[in-house]
Amino acid sequence: MNILKKHLYNTFDKGFREDGRKFDETREIFIEYGISSRSAEGSARVKIGETEVVAGVKFGIGSPFPDKPGEGSIVVNAELLPLASPDYDSGPPSIDSIEISRVVDRAIRESKCINMKSLCVKSGESVWLIFIDIYPINNSGNIFDAAALASLAALKDAKFPSLKDGVVDYKSRTKKGIGIVDYPISCTVRKIGSHLFVDPNVNEDLYSDARLTASFTSKNMLCSLQKGGNVSVTSDELFTMLELAKKTAQNYRKVFGK
Amino acid sequence: MSYTKRFSGRKFDELRPFEAKVGVVKRADGSAMFKIGSTIAIASVYGPRELYPQFLQDPKKGVLRCNYNMVAFSGSGDRVKPGPSRRSKEIGLVTEKALLPFIDLSDFGGAVVDVFIELIQTDAGTRCAGINAAALALAHAGIPMKDLVSAVAVGKIEDKLVVDLDYEEDSHEIGVDIPLAMSTRTGEISLLQMDGIISVEEVKNCVENARKACEKIKEVQVKALKEFYGLEAKK
Repeated sequence: MNILKKHLYNTFDKGFREDGRKFDETREIFIEYGISSRSAEGSARVKIGETEVVAGVKFGIGSPFPDKPGEGSIVVNAELLPLASPDYDSGPPSIDSIEISRVVDRAIRESKCINMKSLCVKSGESVWLIFIDIYPINNSGNIFDAAALASLAALKDAKFPSLKDGVVDYKSRTKKGIGIVDYPISCTVRKIGSHLFVDPNVNEDLYSDARLTASFTSKNMLCSLQKGGNVSVTSDELFTMLELAKKTAQNYRKVFGK
Repeated sequence: MSYTKRFSGRKFDELRPFEAKVGVVKRADGSAMFKIGSTIAIASVYGPRELYPQFLQDPKKGVLRCNYNMVAFSGSGDRVKPGPSRRSKEIGLVTEKALLPFIDLSDFGGAVVDVFIELIQTDAGTRCAGINAAALALAHAGIPMKDLVSAVAVGKIEDKLVVDLDYEEDSHEIGVDIPLAMSTRTGEISLLQMDGIISVEEVKNCVENARKACEKIKEVQVKALKEFYGLEAKK
């Protein structure tokens, strides 16, 4: 076994973590809005401890899907910039970045927090597309939660640009926001050996055995789940993970606000 | 036609407000942010580290690789399509050439120093902001350097010579844009590009304007490094 992994296991067995936190303790969260307000219609920076992720929202006009002529859509994209970590490489999107974008996308989509019908400009012809782009700036662990929070914050910050003869005028922005009432908050729980914990740092990310990302509505209803990692979890572990995720998501929501 | 007043209301030789910060990416070996007006560049440096595939290695000295990228929401119009474009590749190349003359990689045979530049928000002058951030990040990473590299875009709008063009000026029909990088200590120029129509005499004046502007930028760069290492406080 890798010596660092062994060290992590040992400290976990003794009941504490590398950085002295409790298993259910998160690092400090910091949210800043409008970090790219000149260019993006909505943008935000989220810091969880030293981890930093920026996300931006751009609006576009496109044609609707044939089976949903009266609905707009969202496109979520995450890019793991080699700037953010020595472990990220340049090149086509890695499987990790695809998973992050899909997990963030699913939470937003399945919670139905965005009314897709309100994005319709002309049924069957043109609809608004919302592009959410996520970029880690520094990966010190728990990119999943930071990416999800940053995307929600960017959506919260977003204001529609005006539309002239079917063409977007990016220079003039309206006061109209996307109008999200219930933001789906995601939380990732990790497992090392038999220990379950939240908000992993880099080494805990790297050497944890299993991962579960769960998103909750404000009424604590689940709206998406994703299990990751190479190791299975027992059903008892799963239930504990869900409880832990629920509790942490409530804390995230306190910081995030309405 | 005469350009009597700049769109932004600045004086003709006035830079937009700018600031620099060192150590913005904790996981990197060196990192810095440079902001000028609304343009925000973040640079991080990884290395010297081993270079693969092996045929890219130079046994005598380290290799410098620069990567320039605009994030998808950083453009003022449509969303920027993610991934490398011909433009971003060229800017990566000229950034590399702008930095290379002032760094010494002779101790790092077989290794690579990677510089990643990300533009979070753009309002013209992105390659210059990127170079300013990259120079600081290289210094922060402890790469031996002859001098910091400072860069600025100068040019001409209608009949007036201007310093630090913003997007409105950059996209002016009768305009010349000259991004330029130099070491203010030696006066050597390592980046020079231009588009537009201008006389040789005017280019000479532009270079002189750029030198003055670079000196101001370098002051802020040096201050940012000192602040990071707590040297400013001791004074």
